[in-house]
Amino acid sequence: MSKLQQSLDAGHFTFTGEVGPPKGVDLTHVIEGAEAMKDKVAAINVTDIQTAVMRLGSLAVSAKLVERGMEPVFQMVCRDRNRLALQSDLLSAAVFGIENVLSITGDHIVKGDHREAKPVYDLDSVQLLKAMTTLEGGADMGKDFKGRPNKLEGAPKFFKGCVVTPCADFVEPQILKLEKKVAAGAQFCQTQAVYDPAAFETFMNEVRRRNITIPIMVGIVVVKGLGMAKYMNENVPGVVVPEAMMKELSETPKESAKAKAVEISARLIRAMKPMCQGAHIMPLGWDSLVPKIVDASA
Amino acid sequence: MIIQKQKSLEEILKSLEGVQKVFLAGCADCATACKVGGTEELVEMKARLEAAGKTVTGTAVFDTACQQGAVRMKARENEAALAAADDIVCFACGTGSQTLQETLEKRTHPGAESMFVGQVHRLGKYSEKCATCGKCVLDRYEGICPVTRCAKGLLNGPCGGYKNGKCEVDPEKDCAWVLIYKEMEKRGKLDKMRKFEPAKDQSARHTPRAYVWPKRTPPPSQGAKS
Ligand code: SF4
Ligand code: SF4
Repeated sequence: MSKLQQSLDAGHFTFTGEVGPPKGVDLTHVIEGAEAMKDKVAAINVTDIQTAVMRLGSLAVSAKLVERGMEPVFQMVCRDRNRLALQSDLLSAAVFGIENVLSITGDHIVKGDHREAKPVYDLDSVQLLKAMTTLEGGADMGKDFKGRPNKLEGAPKFFKGCVVTPCADFVEPQILKLEKKVAAGAQFCQTQAVYDPAAFETFMNEVRRRNITIPIMVGIVVVKGLGMAKYMNENVPGVVVPEAMMKELSETPKESAKAKAVEISARLIRAMKPMCQGAHIMPLGWDSLVPKIVDASA
Repeated sequence: MIIQKQKSLEEILKSLEGVQKVFLAGCADCATACKVGGTEELVEMKARLEAAGKTVTGTAVFDTACQQGAVRMKARENEAALAAADDIVCFACGTGSQTLQETLEKRTHPGAESMFVGQVHRLGKYSEKCATCGKCVLDRYEGICPVTRCAKGLLNGPCGGYKNGKCEVDPEKDCAWVLIYKEMEKRGKLDKMRKFEPAKDQSARHTPRAYVWPKRTPPPSQGAKS
């Protein structure tokens, strides 16, 4: 059983971090980043061709983390692979010793740096979770010529995660979809960035009212400054940086940006700790801040 | 209908490098409705190609360029002009172009872009509603197609990318899932939203698709089987 699963099962407030693979084959920074946070988090997410910008794969970097004794959360987006490749990569993950997998739809290709590529989306994030569950049951999504499920030679075992956008401007469809994800096999959930604990509380109350009982880890995207906050407010659906925090950021001198990022992230986690089971910290390259955030949010 | 737009003259001329005498073909159906290959457009294109030094041996608007029977009939009326031409330029969809080439055994150059099967809001405003996936699931989504109208073709609910009801891919376009949700809510059908929809059978989209009636009459409904 993965450390992440053990920690959540034991009811500990659990942290995960996140690293982004490089565009290229130099692993120096991504490994450094993971090393910097590994002692303070249960597992480290490895993003999968994030925002449709071509990079080194999540599977390869996840395997490299395992090799170095760290625990990854292998993120999988539905945008780039059909059901054959997704299932095959899941089996590959299992043989590399990767247990935590996260099913994500994936930003559309228009958001990235290969805008002329063909989007795949053969499966959606709910169907991908179902595929994981099916593989665990020793079969794949296909059928043999008699219409019977294809049997696997050795079944994988995963700790299956999903995502949700708790501060979407129209949240009801998000909650309904979360229910479907759980029914399809999701065992934990990491959320999109939250900056407004009151909005998150409303969301969590609704989640609990619906008897969604899987552990929910609130998403904390480390704010690097006013520019980034503005950008998110304007361009990232479902992410809202409240006015008061914008003001706080505007009054922060550049040299204290990192200290402020730690302060805000820790404050958010402290505020939301009583509502959920963990925090997923996304440092966007400021990887060395993760341990400080974890310590400051105690 | 098949929504189309004309290719630029430069592109057409590039395709016609080394070809002197051409016959211009249009289509009375979609290509006329999109103002790509109707009588007017062919007259105009004839003048432009002649100004560019080409010889236009004739023009004809086919009664649906994608129908082999109609193509043969129109070709008989234009036999001499077609025979005098080296190649054809087709101002209709890609099916029209290839139908002409195959039926008339004459190299046919595309004069138009075939963009999508679309709805006509009015002349000059078109939108895609159906990607002809071959296995219609509109019944499950209150008549709004997520396969086509959701930019990611999601079948089990929205991604996290909508804002003010618009899609992350293009703020001018509605998020199909917000539309579907609201329609289900209005009709008291939100339970449908909770139903797991399995991965789509994409085999009905494997190209090139073909469909042949087993007899010379349409087959009976196969609804009972599926
Ligand atoms: S489901 Fe959508 S794409 Fe498929 S046939 Fe129906 S309307 Fe067309
Ligand atoms: S925003 Fe809506 S329409 Fe656009 S990809 Fe997401 S679910 Fe589909």
